[in-house]
Amino acid sequence: MSEKTKKNEGEATANGSAKPTSPNADLKHDFASFWNYSPAPESSDFVEIREQYQHYIDGSFSVPAKKRYFKSINPATEEVLAEFAEGTSEDVDKAVKAARKAYDKVWSKLPARERGKYIYRIARMIQERARELAIIESMDGGKPIRESRDVDVPLAAAYFFYYAGWADKLDYAFPGRKAEPVGVCGQIIPWNFPLLMLAWKIAPALATGNTVVLKPAETTSLTALKFAEICMDAGLPAGVVNIVTGAGQTGAAIVDHPDINKIAFTGSTEVGKIIQKSLAGTEKKFTLELGGKGPNIIFEDASVDQAVEGIVNAIFFNQGHVCCAGSRLLVQEGIADKLIKKLKQRMETLIVGDPLDKNTDIGAINSKMQFNKINEYIEIGIKEGATIHQSNSSSLPDKGYFCKPTIFTGVAQSNRIVQEEIFGPVLTIQTFRTPEEAVEKANNTPYGLAGGIWTDKGSKIFKISQKLRSGVVWANTFNKFDPTSPFGGYKESGVGREGGLHGLYPYVKLK
Amino acid sequence: MSDRIDVLKTYKTYVGGKFPRSESDRTYKVNNSNDKVVANACRCTRKDVRDAVLAARTASKDWSGRSAYNRGQVLYRIAEMLEGRKDQFIRELELLGMKSKEAVYEVELSVDRLIYYAGWTDKYPQVFGTVNPVASSHFNFSAPEPTGVVGIIASDEDPLLSIISLIAPVIAGGNTCVILASESNPLPAVSFGEVLHASDVPAGVVNILTGYREEMVDHLSSHMDVNAVLNTIFDKETRKLIDENASISVKRVVHYDSKNWADDTHENPYLILDFQETKTTWHPVGV
Repeated sequence: MSEKTKKNEGEATANGSAKPTSPNADLKHDFASFWNYSPAPESSDFVEIREQYQHYIDGSFSVPAKKRYFKSINPATEEVLAEFAEGTSEDVDKAVKAARKAYDKVWSKLPARERGKYIYRIARMIQERARELAIIESMDGGKPIRESRDVDVPLAAAYFFYYAGWADKLDYAFPGRKAEPVGVCGQIIPWNFPLLMLAWKIAPALATGNTVVLKPAETTSLTALKFAEICMDAGLPAGVVNIVTGAGQTGAAIVDHPDINKIAFTGSTEVGKIIQKSLAGTEKKFTLELGGKGPNIIFEDASVDQAVEGIVNAIFFNQGHVCCAGSRLLVQEGIADKLIKKLKQRMETLIVGDPLDKNTDIGAINSKMQFNKINEYIEIGIKEGATIHQSNSSSLPDKGYFCKPTIFTGVAQSNRIVQEEIFGPVLTIQTFRTPEEAVEKANNTPYGLAGGIWTDKGSKIFKISQKLRSGVVWANTFNKFDPTSPFGGYKESGVGREGGLHGLYPYVKLK
Repeated sequence: MSDRIDVLKTYKTYVGGKFPRSESDRTYKVNNSNDKVVANACRCTRKDVRDAVLAARTASKDWSGRSAYNRGQVLYRIAEMLEGRKDQFIRELELLGMKSKEAVYEVELSVDRLIYYAGWTDKYPQVFGTVNPVASSHFNFSAPEPTGVVGIIASDEDPLLSIISLIAPVIAGGNTCVILASESNPLPAVSFGEVLHASDVPAGVVNILTGYREEMVDHLSSHMDVNAVLNTIFDKETRKLIDENASISVKRVVHYDSKNWADDTHENPYLILDFQETKTTWHPVGV
């Protein structure tokens, strides 16, 4: 009799019968000791990156008024990738004037169907240049090529494709009302999904007849300027889309510009509140997609293996730089030990490293600033008395900003690592006994963006889903996105929805 | 003429299903349009605002969980009760200086407006909810859910009709609310509290305070447990204050620009939608 069988005999159940088990029940996912993955880098030799990029205003690339530039680095190598124009209020004003002119003279006069056809063209051109865009996204932002190739870029194209079709069908979207565009929209996007967030902002704005001034995040401006090339190639009328690069001050200049009719912002709750405050007393419409601290609730009757995959996807997708990340794991007590053990084993198999390598699961942290912030939170967690566990098998590259997948057990609801958004591959784990306790803990943060529920019981899904105060609920899945599916937060996670029919509302006035 | 002395009414507030006076024990004089004192109203304080928000938050769980059908029935019941007390409200509006014909019109339109919104409770989720054809193998739908606790800063115009036009879409959508009644014209709001009390509206769903706006608006709009503010005051400074306070906790703010409460723009489901959040649920499809 093999040793393994003996061991299984030892684990008898209460009634004395042998515990049912598969022959591989105690086999760890110890791939690393059997083989190593050879490097499988995506070739980036055909990608053209210029040394310096300008703003894209009124249909052409335009030198910034103050002629100042800032450098953007590849976070995986710490090497300078390109220089970008630093947008001042003069540049923003120029862009807004171009957008206003395009709105008054061209875009608002264009038949809706023709408007839609331009957006379709853009969607197609993103598809055609998908490979190039994916590589650039990974080089500029540090995300694994597998994700930029399979998620970011195809979804960006899908959002344009979806909203293109709405352009001439808006009469069917708002029962009893006629939709009119709001005018010039100022849009400020984050660095976690640069091209995808651009698509979420620009596609519905253009479809509803608005023109835009968009500011990408200062660490990830490259795909936005590649998108500017696409707008030119697509023959989009000058001034309909304007892109001004820069950091927070450039964003503030957009928010404060008197001739902007609507502000759309995706980013931190902290900045979102500042924007909401600076818009006080004005007529500007606004939507805010802010932070989150998503609960991921695992019930005892869930499929544990599936749930482990879901947990990994919820918190380690895109290095955890996801506003809707499942960063708080809530596990029902009965399966907690088993699940945490399996999760730890699964974490050992995650490959942290070169974003351009097709085997990489977790790429580079987007910037030094964010890297420091995550490490600060890991320190805070340890100081708060939580038990830290990080995967050991994957060695981190010497250069670049990398962070091992990290989990904390033994945390309290009041801990800062439970309450505050870390925006990195850091998961806190709490347990619960009853569904009521799970809901109570899940809702007990100022955020309300997204959450997950894992159970085999359909009625439980819908009961818990109804009680979660959050804009998105994923049942037995996590981090899924689709252009037809509205996304946005309750409470301090934001105002308004993006995606789907609901995503049209922020960009129209209803008459 | 009889020598009988009229029994005057004491106007209190309506909080958590009870009729307390302001905790401050302060009152202020309410005049009619001929500047004659008609009553003393409670001059509520920050503490009263806090108590009312607590009552609204406590009631929120029950009210938002009621079936749409049940909420519709409760709203219809409010209309029935108001219809039964028509004369009382007409007399009260006349006492405040309104012409008889106008008073009748205002009360009747108020009843009809309640019925209008009673009918929406189980329909707006169908009109504004969606099933989303996602490309992956998931069943995906979006449904409206109440925002939570709504602070309402009521209008001085058409004191009964305006307050009903403000409350009805908010509670039809499953929210609870705290209302700062008109400062100059608070009496119909307080009397309406008595109608609510007799109408199966659970305690705390609607809370009505009277007093000076400048003593309460700041506290109501900055209260961390208020999710949204509905304001009817035009004053630019007040609007800015509300907007700024709202940003502390990302509150939703709606400012109404209407002065004509009889206008039928006040009957539309988009006013319910102002205080709804959209929840999208993903569910896998498979065997």
